[in-house]
Amino acid sequence: MKKRWLVLNSIGLFACLIGTWASFLAFARIPAYILPGPIAVAQALYNRYPSLLDSLWITASEAAGGLAASILVGVAIAMLFAQWRGLRQLLFPYTILLQTVPIVAIAPLIINWVGPGIFAVTVVTFIICLAPIIANTTQGLISVDQNLVHLFLMYKATPAQILFRLRLPNALPNLFTGIRISAGISVIGGLTGELFAGSTRVGEGGLGYAIIYANNQMETAYLFALVLAATALGFSFFFIVMFMEWLALRNWHESSRPQEAE
Amino acid sequence: MVDQGNHSAPEIVLESVTKRFRKGAVAVKDISLTIDRGEFVTFLGPSGCGKSTLLKLVSGLSPVSEGSISVDGKTPEDARSLVSFIFQDATLLPWRTVEQNVGLGMELEHAARHARKERVAKMLDLVGLSHVAKSYPRELSGGMKMRASIARALVSRPRILLMDEPFAALDEMTRDRLNEELLRLYSEQKWTVLFVTHSVAEAVFLSTRVVILAAHPGRVAHEINIDLPWPRTAETRESKHYEEQVTQASRLLRGVYQP
Repeated sequence: MKKRWLVLNSIGLFACLIGTWASFLAFARIPAYILPGPIAVAQALYNRYPSLLDSLWITASEAAGGLAASILVGVAIAMLFAQWRGLRQLLFPYTILLQTVPIVAIAPLIINWVGPGIFAVTVVTFIICLAPIIANTTQGLISVDQNLVHLFLMYKATPAQILFRLRLPNALPNLFTGIRISAGISVIGGLTGELFAGSTRVGEGGLGYAIIYANNQMETAYLFALVLAATALGFSFFFIVMFMEWLALRNWHESSRPQEAE
Repeated sequence: MVDQGNHSAPEIVLESVTKRFRKGAVAVKDISLTIDRGEFVTFLGPSGCGKSTLLKLVSGLSPVSEGSISVDGKTPEDARSLVSFIFQDATLLPWRTVEQNVGLGMELEHAARHARKERVAKMLDLVGLSHVAKSYPRELSGGMKMRASIARALVSRPRILLMDEPFAALDEMTRDRLNEELLRLYSEQKWTVLFVTHSVAEAVFLSTRVVILAAHPGRVAHEINIDLPWPRTAETRESKHYEEQVTQASRLLRGVYQP
């Protein structure tokens, strides 16, 4: 019962927001190039969905590629950090640096280095996704119950066995926390990268590029449609990660335990 | 029946063992003990008396600062294959099922799959957990988790068990029952057991010898031989002799708490 109410409430709230938007426009005289109505946005979405889908696909693959690379590299770095404390203390400040560096400032630099295009944007995404993965995974790898380490030592486990059969599974919930954070910002990374290097040909490019293009052309309704698409993309990334997390942890981790019936 | 008369074969020998922590605190000072094969020795004492530290030293998980320890004539590290450690928490890996947890040691040693399965099934049967072999630890009660932990410790056919307050977190009825089961296994398997507890009653019920430690620094204050008859069962706790030994141990322990 509760669940159905929640769904109804969500739909109701959404309808209210759209209704407020439409009726506000009906009373206030705002030109469509400043704020288009919901119907105009829907029309733009419908009329131009082939090119919108192209842009969406480009941004999605850049964001997914950067995210996947950041997971691979981030976990590898975290494993090195977990094995060598000295290395961790020496290099951990740099991962914070990685997180605080303004991506808008270095995106043009990266494009200078690797040339404009999809690869450059993927690199930008990779860079901003990396820090949360490293930080969270490292935390999970090193915060293992000391008695469990002792248990493995009593079994004469090798360092590799301790890493792969104890530390890594122990870090899985933390890794997913990192991935969830990075999944959200991966789309932002993709868009930001595209603002600088979206396309090598006019009229083609990811959502970030298309947003600039639509803005320059004063196609505000399409701009809104693109923003909606970008939001939906971030949303679906987030949910895909949540689903994978549930798949991986549902059997054993407290966070995925079904809540008590009320 | 455990043969208490034949204490001729020393299994664990501590000679003037001192353990100092890195910051200079002395955990245990100048402890000498000889534990014979087949003995069940329990350490009792206030916190800070180094009970748990002693087990860590005997297992080689922590090195001694002075003195020496030999286990079966070897260094603690070399003797590890004879030893199983049972911790206060069940320390099960939450991402593994009960049977995967119990088989962990054999898996790390790359034991053959079918041998592992057979041995794990046998141990689960021994501790009465066959019906939850495929369950995850979070689905088990505290007592069941501890049984799983014991099954895991027994898989490797240890000769020596080190038990660090294994039943401290359990309710009294569960604890009593696990005590009885532990003794049943002990009589069959003839382990040497070093057991740490805060409970005088548990110590007296289980042990052939109770060692009372004093704190700051940890040192041996008293040793009591427990001569309750074997086999020990729930009825043993109702006997007068048991009560007398608990009273005696409590009195000595009180002296240690108020020096």
